[in-house]
Amino acid sequence: MIRRRTFASSLLAAPAIWPLRDALAQTPRDTLVMAAQLDDIISLDPHESFEFKGNETTTNIYEKLLTTHNTAPDKIVGELAESWEASPDSLTHTFRLKAGRKFASGNPITAQDAEYSLRRAVTLNKTPAFILTQFGLNGQNASQMIRATDARTLVITIGEPISPSFFYYCLSANVGAIVDSKVVEANKQGDDWGNGWLKTHSAGSGPYVLRAWRASETVTLEANPNYPGQVRSRRVVTRHVAEPASQLLLLQRGDVDMARNLGPDQLKSLASDSAYKIQRSRKAAVIYMCMNQRHPELAKPKVREALKFAIDYDAIQRNIVSTTYDVHQAFLPLGFLGAIDDKPFRFDPARAKALLAEAGLPNGFSVTLDYSHIQPWSDIAQAIQATFAQVGVKLTLQPGEQRQVITRMRARQHEMLMLYWSPDYMDPHSNTEAFVSNPDNSDNARAKTLAWRNSWSVPELNAKVAAAVRERDAEKRAEMYIELQREHQRTSPFMILLQAIEVAAMRATVSGLDIGPINDRIYYRETTKT
Amino acid sequence: MHRARLASFGGWLVTLPLTLLGLLLVTFLIGRVIPIDPVIAIVGDRAPADVYERVRLELGLDRPLYEQFFRYCSAILSGNFGRSVMTSRPVLEDISRFFPATLELATIATILGVAAGVPTGVLAAVRQGSKIDQVIRFLTLIGHSVPIFVLGLVGLLVFYAKLQLVPGPGRINVAFDDIVTPVTGMLLIDSAMQGEWEVFRDAVGHILLPAGVLAYFSLAYIARMTRAFMLEQLRQEYITTARVKGMSEMRVVWRHAFGNIAVPLVTVIALSYAGLLEGAVLTETIFSWPGLGQYLTVSLLNADMNAVLGATLVVGTVYLGLNLACDLIYRLVDPRTR
Amino acid sequence: MSRTAALRDWLVADTPASRRQARLGRVYLQWLTFRRNWLAVAGLAVSLLLTIVAIAAPLLATHDPAVQNLDIRLRPPDAAHWFGTDELGRDIYSRIVYGTRITLGMVVAVVILVAPFGLVVGCAAGYIGGWFDRIVMRITDIFMAFPRLILALAFVAALGPGIENGVIAIALTAWPAYARLSRAETLAIRGSDFIAAARLQGASTARLIFGHVAPLCLSSVIVRVTLDMSGIILTAAGLGFLGLGATPPSPEWGAMISTGRRFILEQWWVATMPGIAIFVASLGFNLLGDGLRDVLDPKQT
Repeated sequence: MIRRRTFASSLLAAPAIWPLRDALAQTPRDTLVMAAQLDDIISLDPHESFEFKGNETTTNIYEKLLTTHNTAPDKIVGELAESWEASPDSLTHTFRLKAGRKFASGNPITAQDAEYSLRRAVTLNKTPAFILTQFGLNGQNASQMIRATDARTLVITIGEPISPSFFYYCLSANVGAIVDSKVVEANKQGDDWGNGWLKTHSAGSGPYVLRAWRASETVTLEANPNYPGQVRSRRVVTRHVAEPASQLLLLQRGDVDMARNLGPDQLKSLASDSAYKIQRSRKAAVIYMCMNQRHPELAKPKVREALKFAIDYDAIQRNIVSTTYDVHQAFLPLGFLGAIDDKPFRFDPARAKALLAEAGLPNGFSVTLDYSHIQPWSDIAQAIQATFAQVGVKLTLQPGEQRQVITRMRARQHEMLMLYWSPDYMDPHSNTEAFVSNPDNSDNARAKTLAWRNSWSVPELNAKVAAAVRERDAEKRAEMYIELQREHQRTSPFMILLQAIEVAAMRATVSGLDIGPINDRIYYRETTKT
Repeated sequence: MHRARLASFGGWLVTLPLTLLGLLLVTFLIGRVIPIDPVIAIVGDRAPADVYERVRLELGLDRPLYEQFFRYCSAILSGNFGRSVMTSRPVLEDISRFFPATLELATIATILGVAAGVPTGVLAAVRQGSKIDQVIRFLTLIGHSVPIFVLGLVGLLVFYAKLQLVPGPGRINVAFDDIVTPVTGMLLIDSAMQGEWEVFRDAVGHILLPAGVLAYFSLAYIARMTRAFMLEQLRQEYITTARVKGMSEMRVVWRHAFGNIAVPLVTVIALSYAGLLEGAVLTETIFSWPGLGQYLTVSLLNADMNAVLGATLVVGTVYLGLNLACDLIYRLVDPRTR
Repeated sequence: MSRTAALRDWLVADTPASRRQARLGRVYLQWLTFRRNWLAVAGLAVSLLLTIVAIAAPLLATHDPAVQNLDIRLRPPDAAHWFGTDELGRDIYSRIVYGTRITLGMVVAVVILVAPFGLVVGCAAGYIGGWFDRIVMRITDIFMAFPRLILALAFVAALGPGIENGVIAIALTAWPAYARLSRAETLAIRGSDFIAAARLQGASTARLIFGHVAPLCLSSVIVRVTLDMSGIILTAAGLGFLGLGATPPSPEWGAMISTGRRFILEQWWVATMPGIAIFVASLGFNLLGDGLRDVLDPKQT
């Protein structure tokens, strides 16, 4: 009896003396620890990286000539450039670099580094290079078009006259990052421009340097001692945690300071707790559905219109993605030049049925939907399946790995498909080109835009896209985009469903995370813990 | 006898590489059949046509399948496993990082499983039909019936979220990252060797729950097999003779009966160990454990074929190697087998 | 009363008058042994219950398993929804009831595909021996050297998701074990006198394998099948858990856990209910298999 009681009381006391649960229930003071999904990173070379988390990481390591502040995303400001000007014909652009800046290595930042970096980006010609090569720059002409005329002056000549602000937005993307040419050259192998080395190392001038990247495990950044501004969190560690539920657990247990991929249901459980706060910020990304025009029924305009009325946008937003997405129905996300907030479509089964009958399909038809099997796509797809059924359309779901879905779409093998789109740079042309332009609808077209992938090509619209990007008057340009979006809503084989909201849930003691509309505008520098 | 043994060993030396080659071929074909474009895994969705085409040619995807396979195999023979797309590191370097994590987890789980499973199985066999036997049989059957991901989730929920007895998912607290220089890659060993006891304690805490979950499954299997083997022995005449002679029960059970089941038991343990070494995908997923199973799965679903083939080769070698070892033990100890 | 007693006497007669009486008598005696093991009887009961639930799903379900009602999503269990509702407001109880069909359907399909194939291949390999045997065994080696779940995952990824493809994938990973088992049994009986006698009588190889060897391997294959059923259930659930099993909205239990685990902290029932279902089903088959082994294959007990 006595023995049993001692055993029981020692059991009760166990949590107090248990040696395994760490005393370090809190993360170190000057270290910010985040839980996030970072298995998409495949390179941290800024001239190669083009994944969400990769971009977010490199933007904290490298600086560009120009950038935008998140407080005023439509205003171009200098980052490494002190001043810049365009020639009257908009073909020649001259940049004057700030004086006295240094890379993390201690090397001074010169116009030669800028020249090296931009030539490197277009010559390596990795995925994001098209952001620069669309201006007529390429590996062959880079040495004439991109020139440092003295230690602080860089002159770039581009191929055709285009709205200068469009060019500047593109330079402010991560592919415009200026790397430390001496360090990179020292680590090059053959003619790889140091690419093999820079994938997993850093040579920049931003607030942080890369200490370690272990794929699908952690990214560790450390403050750059040569950075002129204040870097409050000396160390930023991002841990890969695939499961949102696990991210929530880690946050609640104090093992991380911030969780980046919580779903609405996890956020709800934090909302009422004053120990945590939730930072939300509109993101320039949309979830869209598309209809392949090779499918005979989907090619009928009335059917396309009918299906746009067969989705319960509000119910999906309210019930499935209440805090992480807003209903949005135009291809330009809010926050972009010319973006519209029109919502012409709502769930109207009677109207959808009538339109289907007009199209000669009073009894509906069957169609498949490809989508990535993760959340929230899976829930959204099932909700759409249910409302489609109400108008007589039998939707067969085909969930797959994201890359599998993309592969199908690029091969134009899908019928309907749902995916996520985020712009490549902050100019409206990025989305407009993707969703509208399709000048060559042949199978081996060079540009496989979203419009091409759905075999949708309207010559007048292609011309309008080309005209809008040349327009130099910002107001007129905005007008052109507004018109394009309205036309697109009416006739295109796309239904834009939702616009994303970037959500970071953190302990109440954490502040200062600077979240912008795209991933290369998320900054850790000001983040602190009290 | 001795020559026959050598001959069969020689046979293994021939068939082992052939089997591995077959394994590679199957993996290679699966990789080519999976409807994921490997080029997309590298250049992403937005790359312009020329970039896409360049990478496709770099990967040799324009060549006939047999040539691609032949090129891959000859590269492996010269020690070049290629680069993984997902980690942008050489596959060998990846494996040397992920495999020790799995090795560590599987070894601890197996040690726990054997330490608990063997005595339990013996006990159940000795007391066949009793309450204890029934309870043990039932508990081991539960081990065969619970989905491992359910047990893992429940374990996390109870021991981490509610009771806070163990640290959460992952291998180590981020504060201890990079303190220990990897030598064996196994955190427990490395930290102990370098005298980093704080790190060691943290690593023990992290491994306890996932290893415990896996250990339960290995325990269930080992205990059942031990019981079955023991029952077979206890029925033999020599046991009755020993008992009649007045030998103590302890001696009868452990010296005689148990002594005779040691060899098949080792096989069972080795196979269960092999199963765990192949990477417990679901456990690794739930506990964010950076092991080989997760590496293989993620690479597979991203058409990262160099990584898949490399990891498959390791997994296959481990499985076949352990099988071979068991076979040899059998032959050496028990001449009846052939 | 007396008729059943007479039947019993007929069954347990020491000197059966016919082959049929002998065979039925043996089955009856085995049943008596089986009945004594209450765990096995419980297993049998669970298995029967599952079969009944699967057949009578439309009668037992209280709701349509596919109908969504987003306004009542994630409701805890109550009188209207016995096991609560899921993330799309569907009735979890009805989904689990219908899910029984999927789970049992997959199990049966896999067994039908795998057991005969494995049996024949294994018997042939064991009986014919030589090169044929070696090649078959190397092929089983190749398949067994893969972790089972990953191999199934690879096949599903290649074939595309869906229940049928899941069945094929699991079958492809399951047959080697049967082949090896049958081969081992065959090796043990290959040398026995009655096989030699049959061969002397001029029976063809095919006839020997199908008529004499395979039937003798059958009982161990049956035991293995019953024990393997839980393995099949768990693999199917694992595929569903990794998002590659049945396609939505079909109520596959593993997929239900996979979507429910997001809510495991606050809405425990969403993942727990299908978890219990998988556990009960798989435990039922395990208990049954364990009991059957005691009866059919006493040396293995």
